[in-house]
Amino acid sequence: MENTIAKRLKYPVIDCDIHNSVPPGGLSPYLSQRWQDHHKTFGLRGQIGGYYPRALLNAARHDAWPPSGLSPGADLGFMQEQLLNAWDIEYGVLNPLIPVGEQLNLEYSDALASAVNDWQVADWVEPEPRLRASIVLPYENGDLAAAEVHRCGPNPAFVQILLLARTREPLGNRKYWKIYEAAVEYDLPIGIHFGGNQGPITGAGWPSYYIEDHGGMPQAFHTQVISYVCEGVFDHFPTLKVVLIEGGFAWLPPLIWRLDATWEKLRVEIPDLKRKPSEYIRDHFWLSTQPMEEPPKREYFEQMLEQMDMNDKLMFATDYPHWDFDAPDRALPSFLAPELRKKILSDNARNLYAFEKLITDN
Amino acid sequence: MPKYVVATPDEIQPGERKIVEIGGRSIGIFNIDGEFFAIRNSCPHQGGPLCKGIVTGFLESPTPGTYHYTRKGEILRCPWHSWEFDIKTGQSWWSPDQRRVRKYEVQVESGEDIDASNAERKKGPYVADTFPVTVEQQYVVIEVD
Repeated sequence: MENTIAKRLKYPVIDCDIHNSVPPGGLSPYLSQRWQDHHKTFGLRGQIGGYYPRALLNAARHDAWPPSGLSPGADLGFMQEQLLNAWDIEYGVLNPLIPVGEQLNLEYSDALASAVNDWQVADWVEPEPRLRASIVLPYENGDLAAAEVHRCGPNPAFVQILLLARTREPLGNRKYWKIYEAAVEYDLPIGIHFGGNQGPITGAGWPSYYIEDHGGMPQAFHTQVISYVCEGVFDHFPTLKVVLIEGGFAWLPPLIWRLDATWEKLRVEIPDLKRKPSEYIRDHFWLSTQPMEEPPKREYFEQMLEQMDMNDKLMFATDYPHWDFDAPDRALPSFLAPELRKKILSDNARNLYAFEKLITDN
Repeated sequence: MPKYVVATPDEIQPGERKIVEIGGRSIGIFNIDGEFFAIRNSCPHQGGPLCKGIVTGFLESPTPGTYHYTRKGEILRCPWHSWEFDIKTGQSWWSPDQRRVRKYEVQVESGEDIDASNAERKKGPYVADTFPVTVEQQYVVIEVD
C-alpha cells in the first residue's frame, strides 16, 4: 500500500515539520551526571497552567503508536516505515518539541538544549540521512542561546534554529538579537513553531478548552510578525529568514493590510523603519502549510494565495506524528496548478534549507 | 456484485472489527450487536486508515450543561483528524453534506448458499487460507463491485 501512495505523488516531497521524541533515558548519554540527577529529582519545570489536554493522547495520531511500545515519534524505524518510506520523503526537518527554552532553571535549560541537539545528530540524522535537525536553545537568554548556536551552527546536520511561538517577550525584542546575529552568521533560518506556554495563551487571558488553544494559536504568530517588523529586526539583520511553522497562513493577508495602513499613519513612532511592513514580511517570512487551510469554497483558497503573494514561501509539512497530520498526497487542494504544487511540496523548502550541505561537506 | 467471504461470525464479536484486503482495497468489517457492517479503510478527508480508529458514540449537547451520549459503539472516529462516521451508513457526522465513506453491503450467508467455485476464484488469500468454505458453517460475506 505504501508504494501505491508514493507513486500517486508526481513530485518529490520535503516535510518541514516532523516531531521526534525522546525514548526513556534517551538524553542521559548527552547530559552530565549533575543534570541527570537534576532531571530525576525535579524534572521539566516551566510555567504552569497553560497546558491543555491535547484531545488525543500525546496529541498523536491513533495509528502513530509504534509496536515497540515507545511513544509516537520516538521510534526511528517506525517513523521511517509510516512516514519517510510511505511517501518517499526526500528530506524531513526535525522539530523536537521538548520545552527546552521554557525551563525556569536557566542552567538546566542550557544543558538540556545541548543534550537535545547532540541527541538529534547522533540518534536521528546520522542513522537516517533524509533527516535534518533544528537547533533548540535556552532562548530566553540571548548569551547562552547564541553560544549554543555557535556550538552547533558549523554542523551541517542542523538546518534551522527552533523557537516556540509563545515566548516571554515578543521576538523582535532586543534580548533575542544575539540569536539572530548568530543565525545569520551560519545562514540558519529561525523556525517559530506552534506552542509555548509562558503566560496567558490568548491575547485576552486564559481560555477554557484545548480547541481555543489550538484555534487561537495564530494570535501568537500575529504578535511575532508585528514585533519583528516594528522592532526593525530586518533592518539590523537584512539576511535573516523566519519560518512560521504550524501557524496556518490564511490570517496573514489581512494582517499585512492592517500593518501597512497603520504604518502610513503612525510611522513617526518608528521612523527607523525603511520599508513598508508588507515588504519586510514578504521578503523575510516563510510559512509551513500544515494545518492546511480548508475554506469552504475553491475560490476562497485561490484568493487567499493571491492575497498572500508568497507562492515562493509556502512549504509543505506533515506535523507527523500529531493528530492534525497532513498527508502529502491528499492535503493540498486538487485544483492547484502543477507548478505551484511542486513548489509547495519541495522546491521552496529545498531553496530555503541547506539540506545538501551535509552531503557535500562529507 | 461479486461476493467475498471475509470471516466467520464468531471471528468478529460484537464491538470488534476485522480489516481485510479485497481487490487492492482495504475494508473494515464491524460487528455492532450481532449485525455486520463494512466500511472502506480510507477516510474521504485525507486518506487516513479510518478503520483503525476508535469506535465511539455521538456526544451531543442541546444546551450548555446538558449532554446526550447516544449511538454508543456505532460511530467510527478517524485516527488522524477525528472525523466521525456512522458505521451503519458511512455517513460522516461533522459535515454530512461533504463527506461520506464508501459503505459495502454485508450479510451473513449459510455455507450452502455460497457458490464455492466462485468464492474460490474471488476471495483474497488470507480468507481462503484460513477459513475454507464448508456447508455446515455460516460465513460473513461482503459484496464489492
